[in-house]
Amino acid sequence: MSDRIFGLFGLALAAFYFWATSIIPDSFMIDVVGPRAFPYIVGTVLTICSLYILLRPDAEPDWPNLMNFIEIIFATAVMFLYAWGLSRAGFVIATVFATAYLTWRLGSKPLGALITAVATSAGIYVVFHLILGLSLAKGPLGF
Amino acid sequence: MEIFSNLADGFAVALTFQHLMLAFLGCFLGTLMGALPGLGPANGVAILIPIAFTLGLGPVASLILLTSVYYGAMYGGRISSILLNIPGDEPAMMTCLDGHPMALQGKAGEALALSGIASFIGSFFATWGLVLIAPLLVKVALLFGPAEYFALFTMAFATLGGVTASNQGKSAFAAALGLGISMIGSDSQTGSERFTFGHIHLYDGIDFLIAIVGLFAISEVLIFIEHHKGGAAAKSSAKIGRLMPDFGVLKKSIGTMTRSTIIGFLAGVLPGAGASLGSFLSYSVEKNTVDREGKTFGKGDPRGVIAPECGNNAAAGGALVPMLALGVPGSGTTAVLLAVLLQLNITPGPLLFRNNPDIVWGLIAALFIANFMLLALNLPMVGLFTRVLLIPTRILMPVVAMISFVGIYGLTGSTFDVMMMVGFGFGGWLLRKLGVPLVPVILGILLGNEMEVNLRRALQISDGDWSILVGSPLAIGIWAIAVTGFVLPIFFGKKVKKNMSADHSEEKMDEVMKGGD
Repeated sequence: MSDRIFGLFGLALAAFYFWATSIIPDSFMIDVVGPRAFPYIVGTVLTICSLYILLRPDAEPDWPNLMNFIEIIFATAVMFLYAWGLSRAGFVIATVFATAYLTWRLGSKPLGALITAVATSAGIYVVFHLILGLSLAKGPLGF
Repeated sequence: MEIFSNLADGFAVALTFQHLMLAFLGCFLGTLMGALPGLGPANGVAILIPIAFTLGLGPVASLILLTSVYYGAMYGGRISSILLNIPGDEPAMMTCLDGHPMALQGKAGEALALSGIASFIGSFFATWGLVLIAPLLVKVALLFGPAEYFALFTMAFATLGGVTASNQGKSAFAAALGLGISMIGSDSQTGSERFTFGHIHLYDGIDFLIAIVGLFAISEVLIFIEHHKGGAAAKSSAKIGRLMPDFGVLKKSIGTMTRSTIIGFLAGVLPGAGASLGSFLSYSVEKNTVDREGKTFGKGDPRGVIAPECGNNAAAGGALVPMLALGVPGSGTTAVLLAVLLQLNITPGPLLFRNNPDIVWGLIAALFIANFMLLALNLPMVGLFTRVLLIPTRILMPVVAMISFVGIYGLTGSTFDVMMMVGFGFGGWLLRKLGVPLVPVILGILLGNEMEVNLRRALQISDGDWSILVGSPLAIGIWAIAVTGFVLPIFFGKKVKKNMSADHSEEKMDEVMKGGD
């Protein structure tokens, strides 16, 4: 079933790709092939493969149960938030929150997670910013 | 001998204090990453690329650091195979078969020492193979025109899964997905905007590093979260025992080492094989040669440790041959090394050998140096690396994620890019669940533009006549290999995979295989 849905999704993606290819504008520079030929080839391969996956599905993959799936969604969301918050809160603060969440969800106790997170954040800041001189996101507090 | 003077120049480049320190650092980090289950050579190198780049290291310095990590990871994979029966990375899978039984018999130290020496022999001679064969391949590559290159890229995709590919439809889907992503941005030939939808962040296309780090590192973190694997790999510090190898055993294994090195090297050079197949082939050939009745192999025969370790390290060296000489990687890890070169604006292939001999030979010299360092690191200091296995992953994986973020943010300084990396991470997790290999996606993103440019050049030459793609015997030959490589696994893949996993449980095998080469 999963593969059939995946195949349908692939077909939709290929259709979208064909459409997006067809609206590629021509430029004043012209070559024999043009900017659309190769994307059309790629779209064709996508279509054929999606059809194959749709018609000859593999055995059902080992999906996580609902709780674990929510877990994945939350972890992804936290990392998105982290990316968004990096430039607003600054590297050190944002990293403490994100690391604490991930460490907690991987099985640390809340307090342990917080301590690990502070240590990780400070450690990365010292090694990569102070010693190696990489530019990290600066927050309103300057770090 | 031209080769020796080239090599001497290479050593002159590599033997500076900075380069030696970087090689040492790379070897150390590489062994560490190889030893830790969940962090293989591909993710290890991927995470470090943006960091090496933002540190402003020069091309030679970055290459030395990252290839040392690559070689180091090949050494490190065996540590957890032997001590815990969990392969640290995919190529180290076969080492479990005899390595862990040896550890159970209290001979862990001997197994580690023997496999360390075997790794050294394998990669030392494979690096010599690289020295001797790459220049020859470069001479062949000079005959290639755009049409042949286009065929060669197609071949790389067709053979990437190797004989163990489980579903060619999904491999091809992954390749097309990667190629499709690489088309985003301004067209290199005419300047037309493609697939950007007026979004300013997309005008330059999607940086392949964002895709690589997202697909490899972030998706790995998600896998760990899904399974709540927060504990340490090892329960308690394992007893290692005597570290000295038995010289009698070593002497008796010279034949094993020779055979395994040659087989591994060939597996590395040939398209679609890579280190995992190298170690598998070496092990099974050795088993059939010295232990036909199956009396000792699988029960802690030292030769069963030596063969796969020689094989996978030799394959790691061999895989560099097509990557450097043709610009076509044959495995996930060499694809990541290709990303290093592209990031440094170095196009691998014949011109690299002609125009930048200092880079090529400096790199090769660095490989020799790294090899000796790794031998030194892995014999007396192996105890240190076994301690690393005690770090719980609930601490380790978040650190890996954060370092990935630091690298990408440092490289681009853009929140949008970091978010895109998370998106790739989630997408990668989904694709892994569905059994779609990630390496072709990466390769597609890396090679897409080059492939299209060669297609368009070829048609420019023939004035729009598509038959130029099969217009020379060389091109026809490459197409033939591509088709064979794609079709063969459909018929034989299941059988080979079955043999490979005969001694392993199917699930464990699949779990490891999904991690890429």
